[in-house]
Amino acid sequence: MTSISLSAYIGGIGLIGPGLPDWRSARDVLSGERSYCPAPTVLPPVEALPAAERRRTGATVRLALAVAQQAVNDAGADAAALKTVFTSSGGDGAICHEICATLASEDRQLSPTRFHNSVHNAAAGYWGIAMKATASSTALCAFDGSFGAGLIEAMTIAAVDGTPALLVAYETGYPEPLNGKRPLPDAFGVALLVDPHLPPRPRITITLTDAAADRMPQPPLEALRAAIPAARSLPLLRRLARGENGIATLDYLERRIQVEVSGCL
Amino acid sequence: MKPLALTHFTATSCIGRGVTETLRSLLEGRSGLTPCAFETVRLETHVGEVPGVDEMSLPPELARFDSRNNRLALLGLSADGFMEAVSACAARLGGGRVGLFLGTSTSGMLETEIAYRRRDATGALPARFDYAATHNSYSLAAFTQRVLGIEGPSAVICTACSSSAKAFASARRMIEAGLIDAAVVGGVDSLCLTTLYGFHSLQLVSRNPCRPFDAARDGISIGEAAAFALLERPSGAPGTILLTGIGESSDAYHMSSPHPEGLGAQTAMRQALETAALGPQDIDYVNLHGTGTPSNDSAEARAVSAVFGSGIAGSSTKGATGHTLGAAGALEAVLCALALRQGFAPGGVNTTETDPTVGFEYLRENRRWPLARVLSNSFGFGGSNCSLVLQRAD
Repeated sequence: MTSISLSAYIGGIGLIGPGLPDWRSARDVLSGERSYCPAPTVLPPVEALPAAERRRTGATVRLALAVAQQAVNDAGADAAALKTVFTSSGGDGAICHEICATLASEDRQLSPTRFHNSVHNAAAGYWGIAMKATASSTALCAFDGSFGAGLIEAMTIAAVDGTPALLVAYETGYPEPLNGKRPLPDAFGVALLVDPHLPPRPRITITLTDAAADRMPQPPLEALRAAIPAARSLPLLRRLARGENGIATLDYLERRIQVEVSGCL
Repeated sequence: MKPLALTHFTATSCIGRGVTETLRSLLEGRSGLTPCAFETVRLETHVGEVPGVDEMSLPPELARFDSRNNRLALLGLSADGFMEAVSACAARLGGGRVGLFLGTSTSGMLETEIAYRRRDATGALPARFDYAATHNSYSLAAFTQRVLGIEGPSAVICTACSSSAKAFASARRMIEAGLIDAAVVGGVDSLCLTTLYGFHSLQLVSRNPCRPFDAARDGISIGEAAAFALLERPSGAPGTILLTGIGESSDAYHMSSPHPEGLGAQTAMRQALETAALGPQDIDYVNLHGTGTPSNDSAEARAVSAVFGSGIAGSSTKGATGHTLGAAGALEAVLCALALRQGFAPGGVNTTETDPTVGFEYLRENRRWPLARVLSNSFGFGGSNCSLVLQRAD
């Protein structure tokens, strides 16, 4: 049994989801100040990219870069110097569909841009280009445990390297027919800047647990949590939104991650 | 960083199943690249196809994971007593204390490509197509974890061609943080139409067996491989292969072209030396990323010269194995471990006339050499760079 725990401060948060255009509005919903109104996710354009690069980006890159930017702005951090952890169960579903459809047709000629945008680390690559960020960057996949795997990776960077790490978890899902095999209701992205030296911000301490994951009290938010890997973060975000110290238990792989929130005033 | 021991390692690629065959091929200077006859691919190119992947069958209880990539993973795991070594380690430490960090770029994508050809009249995919267990990148780790019976934290790293080098970095941080005591690291990437036609669309594929660092090089040859290592805290036994340095950086330049001066590559190599507390003069040999495209090799040559000067020797083993993409980092780490253990530097096969602009010694022939410390480079799309330092314990 793993009993080691890792701690870091939460320097900044970004969020985009259905009916949740940014972290500020999500915070009001998660803290109970405002009721949740479901609506399709709206993805903003990536202002930080040069026009030529911007034209080439799809929904996945737009979502990941937008939540990452929110978290960096929230923290007042220097994006160029940050290490990053991008995590997603599936990468860009629309591009994957187009490639598979082309390869199943008579003419297998692929678009070169589409091919290089199909890599799982496309969002990480575009973030580096947009922010001139030359520090290390990784891109992970752990299927439905992708948020948890990314959280552990970011927390080990903070603990072992002693530097902040920007975690970006995002899902856009697939068009049909892949959506039938891997249904995700809508796009959802979350970014957390974890920092080993940043009091007096809220602090999180993570450890693995066999306890059950927390559910969201509002049924539509619980539906999102259960359906979208990046939204498995919601019980933690709810605590942070409410400024409430205590434990949030998040889904991971075979086990769960216990996140203890402290330092909320 | 605190060094880690590669207590067991194995590699399966087109030059051999397991380390004995692989070593023999390296010593004979044999390339495993052959004209492409893969699946329904109609491209004039050479590939590094692993024989026997299609004949491999998965245990019945893991049948849903059946994909070319997971078959190749099992073929690789079955060699060199690797599974038994991991089982013994897990029995000693507890399965929950052994992590799993694997790199891939396309995982079981081939199964989805084939499923798309078999869509029914409504456009739906065949009922038996299992996305989570085949296509999804994590299926590689979910499958490997079950085969090995380990239960620690796991993730699949997908940073294109640096993926399985970066798997060592994730594992090392997790061991150093104390979350786990050992980790299986590696990479598995298998041939599929997406990469063959995709690299072709970028005009990066050679018609001939690739010739890294040759004056007339004209592109990559795509290969496939499964390579694994068991990382543990070192026992101090002489001759053990140690991972002593890791460098990671981002180019922040372009999605599919390297920075022309290899600035990100330089950062990764310097950081790997720094974490190993070594200077450039301490490295005997560099296993180059050396894909065989004109721009990649030029950028890497400049970066290596900038870090090491003209006195360093290096080669790319991709003329033998092809570019195994997400498996390349782990495969080449294992080839470096073999070179350290056997006391030789592998020459780069296929290359006949070294690019005259290369400012260091590019080895075209094997050299008997009691190597002490080597560095291995892996660079990927999106500008993701990773360098590893491996050395032999005194």
